[in-house]
Amino acid sequence: MNELPPDVWIAVRLTVGLAAITTLILLLVGTPLAWWLARTEAWWKEGVAAVVAMPLVLPPTVLGFYLLVALGPDGPGGAIAALWGGRTLAFTFGGLVIGSVIYSLPFVVQPIRNAFEAIGERPLEVAATLRASPRRVFWTVAVPLARPGFLTGAVLGFAHTVGEFGVVLMIGGNIPGSTRVLSVAIYDYVETSQWREASILAGGMVVFAFVVVFAVMLAGKRLMRVAE
Amino acid sequence: MNPSSFISVAFRGVFGGFVLDAAFTTPTHGVTALFGPSGCGKTTVLRCIAGLQRLADGYCAVNGDVWHGGRSFRPVHQRPIGYVFQEPGLFPHLTVTGNLLYGAPGRSPLRPGDPAGFDEVVALLGLEKLLDRAPRKLSGGERQRVAIGRALLSRPQLLLMDEPLSALDPQARDEVLPFLRRLHDSLSLPFIYVSHDMREIEQLADHLVLMRAGRVLAAGPLGELQGDPALPLASRRDAAVTLDAVVSAYDPAYGIAMLAVDGGCFTAPMRRSVVGGRRRITVAAGDVSLAREAPRATTVLNTLPVRILSATPAAEHEIVAVLGLGPAGAGSRILARVTRLSWENLRLAEGNELYAQIKSVALVRECAK
Repeated sequence: MNELPPDVWIAVRLTVGLAAITTLILLLVGTPLAWWLARTEAWWKEGVAAVVAMPLVLPPTVLGFYLLVALGPDGPGGAIAALWGGRTLAFTFGGLVIGSVIYSLPFVVQPIRNAFEAIGERPLEVAATLRASPRRVFWTVAVPLARPGFLTGAVLGFAHTVGEFGVVLMIGGNIPGSTRVLSVAIYDYVETSQWREASILAGGMVVFAFVVVFAVMLAGKRLMRVAE
Repeated sequence: MNPSSFISVAFRGVFGGFVLDAAFTTPTHGVTALFGPSGCGKTTVLRCIAGLQRLADGYCAVNGDVWHGGRSFRPVHQRPIGYVFQEPGLFPHLTVTGNLLYGAPGRSPLRPGDPAGFDEVVALLGLEKLLDRAPRKLSGGERQRVAIGRALLSRPQLLLMDEPLSALDPQARDEVLPFLRRLHDSLSLPFIYVSHDMREIEQLADHLVLMRAGRVLAAGPLGELQGDPALPLASRRDAAVTLDAVVSAYDPAYGIAMLAVDGGCFTAPMRRSVVGGRRRITVAAGDVSLAREAPRATTVLNTLPVRILSATPAAEHEIVAVLGLGPAGAGSRILARVTRLSWENLRLAEGNELYAQIKSVALVRECAK
């Protein structure tokens, strides 16, 4: 059996790296956003929630198109790139991270928001009457009680980033080691009739997807039991 | 009035068609009960005192410290309160110990001689065997006791309790109720206690704030309000007056104690007693009958000379009379409910001196000094 070509492993590493960084950023950005959505009484919060959820509905190519414009030399992405002498954020790893964060945002924000909302008012009120500052309430009550939501959000964000295709193709192109992620690689192999490589990668993705979904379900159940 | 030992509140606001306009002042020693039918705003008042709810038009000062007034509003976590909710609200991700110590971070759990130290509170509430358990493995009564302990260990200067027994079954209720009074007596911590159960209040409270439909009808000492015919308490079917008595004599041969109150002395069976000890008793209006002459041969132990201070029609054919004990009725007051028929047959009227026969005197609890 022939070894897989090295560019497959480059693609795997790149994909995992992209998904890891994206997930980390999503947790950092998504947690306060989810907390705000769960707690605020602002009338326009559902508007914000709808914007966050839009990637669920929009075709990835549409999202990718606008991102391409925004990241390109004439958009804000170009201005940011100029800070280090670059011309554009499109077709770079950084651009891919930005695109992935936006594209996967609802998958992280929604479960965390639901988990925060499921806590209800009471535990937070109890903590406040025990002289916990809002910051302490958040870290010692809200976050531990929302653990299942964080787990689901992180795993979904990671998995969704691994599987993204349309946005990557629009803003990342197909640069090996920089923007050529797994899904794009599979597409490439099919285009060039390398069926063996394509089927190994595709099969790997199927196994990965199953493991992820299964693990989330198991862990979710366990956390539920602990929380009861 | 010295503002340094009172809590004064005034809250006004509208909640979805419900108007709250409640103001009262009550001492910050002893137990104050907020009493009224469900939906009268008791819980809202308590939440406002805690700062859990903020009304634009609100005032709250405790011991001269303004917690809420005008634009100044001290957030919940900066108020030295303990709050026990209707349901225990234990943190499910912490053990019993973790819950108990949540409001006491960094505080050494062992501080000998402290009346509200960890060991003392645990012992007071009987939690020794539960410390390592998860909240979901506790019974309802146990959970509520942990919640009370958790509130106590945060060193409150005022303990607010919102019907802490209402979610419990009668057995668990009987388990927690005596704890509450013992707590109060041993910690000398003021309580504000919301309840719609007069039996709980008779056991616990010293002061009463009577609420109805968002307003305060009256506030004052429990016995006084119970015996005020102008208030709805006196015309309730279970109307009763609570009196704090001193055991003036005890006859162990018959198991009978003499309980002295202002203007008279009650006799009641007691299993054991110490002369000089204080007992709280209640005299139900329905257990009091009136006679023109002192009955001579009767099994009723208590016959006391009284004077009718006032009479108010209660139900359709009933009259509730306020009776003053002792000469000229100057002593403690009790209530009597008699039928209008008897009232007219005996030609009773305000100012009459007669004899009250009291079928039974309920011993509520021992009281602290």
